[in-house]
Amino acid sequence: MPLDNVVFWVFAPISVASAIGMLLMRNAVHAALFLIVNFFCLAVFYLILDAPFLFAVQIIVYAGAIMVLFLFVIMLLGVDRGDDLRERLVGQRPLAIVLGIGFVAEIVVATRAGIGLATKAPAGFDQVNQPGNAQALAAVLFRDYFFPFEVTSILLIVAAVAAMVLGQRKARAVTQAELEAMEGVNA
Amino acid sequence: MRTPIASFVILSGILFSLGTIGVLVRKNALLIFMSVELQLNAVNLALVAFSRLHNGLDGQVLAFFSMVVAAAEVVVGLAIIVAVYRRRGTVDVDQARGLAG
Repeated sequence: MPLDNVVFWVFAPISVASAIGMLLMRNAVHAALFLIVNFFCLAVFYLILDAPFLFAVQIIVYAGAIMVLFLFVIMLLGVDRGDDLRERLVGQRPLAIVLGIGFVAEIVVATRAGIGLATKAPAGFDQVNQPGNAQALAAVLFRDYFFPFEVTSILLIVAAVAAMVLGQRKARAVTQAELEAMEGVNA
Repeated sequence: MRTPIASFVILSGILFSLGTIGVLVRKNALLIFMSVELQLNAVNLALVAFSRLHNGLDGQVLAFFSMVVAAAEVVVGLAIIVAVYRRRGTVDVDQARGLAG
């Protein structure tokens, strides 16, 4: 059995189990930790799909930056309150699970019709990845996708400004009575 | 590489549908947001798998862009959740019923 097959069948159950664990956890911190496990599994899949640059980006951006942001907000909002798991719409939960299973069945049928269940990846990806994955990716990114790349930088600036605007507390105007009270304390 | 590409695509479908179930079932806005992240990652896995199948790097570039957009989306989304929490004192989406008739 080839090595990448072994790696896939070790990490695929872990990724599915951690996703299910994230759904079942009442505590938001535990759910976030399960999600980090899932992101690491996906990074390993990128590695066996010959995308080592995305492997590094996945760990740095997702498992590092984004999940730290999530945990920071969870801590900020308080972790002691568990999620309220009562069902308010009757039958919503079973219906969601049935829909999920139906979606997976649809994906299996579509994959079988589209690319076949046993199609192996073609050889010759080493030539695509010349001289290295990061260099080849940079060549494509800065030649064919230069305009979208620049647009993304605008998007990031807009997102940073939006986060600052949304995150600031509104400064309330001080009323005349409060001003006099403060001056009275200081005097 | 001897693993069929279809197994990656089907795994990505399973993870996406688990994320969908999370969005539909959970009440905490933060957990719904985490489920959305799970869906985004599942789609990224499918993109990279198809990139390998077609022997090109375009899928990997698209996955890279989707990661950047996801980072921007997380920043804005978490800021909105914090703003909602400051205003209403809860992140339970069932409590946000200001528009209910």
